[in-house]
Amino acid sequence: MNRFWAMVQNEVVKIVKKKRFYIVLLILAVLVPIFSYAQMRQSLERRESYGSDWRLEVQQAITDNQNSLSSDRVPQEWKVYRQIYIQQMQYYLDHDVNPNEPGGVTFTREFIDNSSTLFIPLMIMTIASDLVSSERTGGTIKMLLTRPVRRWKVLLSKVTALLMFVSLIVASAYLICYLISGLFFGFKGWTIPVFTGFVLNGSDVDLSFVQATPQWRYLLMQAGLVWFVGVVVALLAFMVSVLVRSTAASIVVMMAALISGSILTNMASAWTSAKYLFMVNLGLTEYLAGNPAPIQGMTLGFSLAVLAAWAAVSVIISFLVFTRRDVLT
Amino acid sequence: MKQQTSGSVLHVRDLNKRIGRKTIIHSISFDVREGEIFGFLGPNGAGKTTTIRMLVGLIKPTAGTVEICGFDVQKQPEQALKYVGSIVENPEMYPYLTGWENLMHFARMQEEIGEDRIREVTELVHLGGRIHEKVRTYSLGMRQRLGIAQALLARPKLLILDEPTNGLDPKGIKEMRAFIRELAAGGLAVFVSSHLLSEIQLLCDRVAIIGGGRELAVGSVDELMGAGRGMVIWDVEPRDKALDLLRGYGDIVVVDSAGAAALEDAAAAMINARSVVTETPEERVPEVLDRMVREGIAVRGVHRVAPTLERLFLQMTEGEGIE
Repeated sequence: MNRFWAMVQNEVVKIVKKKRFYIVLLILAVLVPIFSYAQMRQSLERRESYGSDWRLEVQQAITDNQNSLSSDRVPQEWKVYRQIYIQQMQYYLDHDVNPNEPGGVTFTREFIDNSSTLFIPLMIMTIASDLVSSERTGGTIKMLLTRPVRRWKVLLSKVTALLMFVSLIVASAYLICYLISGLFFGFKGWTIPVFTGFVLNGSDVDLSFVQATPQWRYLLMQAGLVWFVGVVVALLAFMVSVLVRSTAASIVVMMAALISGSILTNMASAWTSAKYLFMVNLGLTEYLAGNPAPIQGMTLGFSLAVLAAWAAVSVIISFLVFTRRDVLT
Repeated sequence: MKQQTSGSVLHVRDLNKRIGRKTIIHSISFDVREGEIFGFLGPNGAGKTTTIRMLVGLIKPTAGTVEICGFDVQKQPEQALKYVGSIVENPEMYPYLTGWENLMHFARMQEEIGEDRIREVTELVHLGGRIHEKVRTYSLGMRQRLGIAQALLARPKLLILDEPTNGLDPKGIKEMRAFIRELAAGGLAVFVSSHLLSEIQLLCDRVAIIGGGRELAVGSVDELMGAGRGMVIWDVEPRDKALDLLRGYGDIVVVDSAGAAALEDAAAAMINARSVVTETPEERVPEVLDRMVREGIAVRGVHRVAPTLERLFLQMTEGEGIE
């Protein structure tokens, strides 16, 4: 057991010394201020057009969307989406809560919402994709596998280290986001109520389960879901890294899958069996925010199950291949 | 069925490897004993590296067994590999770690290797001064030494080195040989692969010769490539007369220029326009010399050189040749 943790330590040392994790932090530290600044400009602009009363702004958004509903040029799916949006906004208006209240916490929530399907998985991939393939390209796998340790233990130590880094990346995404956006918008906003529990029934929103959650609790739930998505993406990328020899190829494979996912979510509503693909199920936080699912019949439970199945299969494949394959190069 | 010789550290029986439909290793068997340096000789592409990979469990044999200190590498890898240190092909370490961190990395994978031991092997391979620098900055020779340090870390009984002098300068090669001999003198069994006959002759006690994935011979170095099969370079004048004289002997074979060109560099450097290269039994040399002098042939030099691997193969397969 001690030896196992020593091997996990090995993997952590390698990830840190390869400086991949610093790159992730650096990307966050560069991008978050850019988005924060953009957000700041946006709220300044809003203030100019609506004054200091946020109700005007929300009312305006509702009216705009209502107008577009009557237009023939707007596709049917978009109309569904807008109807839901209108109802949500109306709900906020009725309960006197500003959905766009600027603040470090709100910004963090929105930033993570937007980055959970592509940006955070991408950062996780920078670490997961070369965990095994780099040992093969570097030839160090020969040293690693000629030590008196069973191969599955070697792989398990890598998976363990990977899961630790997934947690660390999600945590640091939150932390960096909050700290930097806090400088722009202030560090307040933990207790602002956020409404969750919008249940979608076709084009109607069932409001009977809606409840106000303080933002900090919302963030916790969101973090759990983002972490889960991160773990699934990490395990998939890990499998690809076991199967593919070159790190570059393994990153490209995963990138293609993720990007195809975000394209599919925008156009696959007619092709319902696409809902079993992992890529279209990555937007778990959408369920929390009450946004409509990309494909009919998808629920939070469904998506969790699909993702868990994909993750389980990739773990099994990784272990089977890694423990049996001849190391030829 | 155990026919293990006493003191046998590595015991290989009927090793076969098939990839797809192609059999690349045919039934290789040999033993390596305690304290001996065992050579594994064959041209590039003969299957040396594939065999080595099977010895250390990187490749699963299609048939046959590899036992290290009595443990089957396939069935009990944790016990068997405990007794082996190896460098397969190039000594590849993590370039972004320091030498020390690399050794720590491999030490953590096994029990009972403390920092004392790491310091000890570092001293042993003379890396002390630069052990805390990144491996990226090491020369090939230093990487080779770090690789050996890593291999020795767990006090193995068997050391497997794949072409250990590859890419080293002449001084480095000499040091490496001396170092390997020192290790063997300490009771370690050393398995060395090479494609250079001279290398094996200078270093090894016993040798297995392989070609085309087949084992051609196993035995002591003296026995297999001893004096009787050596080559002689005659630096003589007039050349034609000497040629006629040499051809007169039944047991002397004159090597044509193509054969001479295949000599190892050190030997090839001795050849000039007057040279005649022959395969001559050692005991014939004084007699032939005597005759040459009597017949008025000026002998400027007689060098006995190691036969080339190609010649050896020819002798072994009796003209069958290797591809």
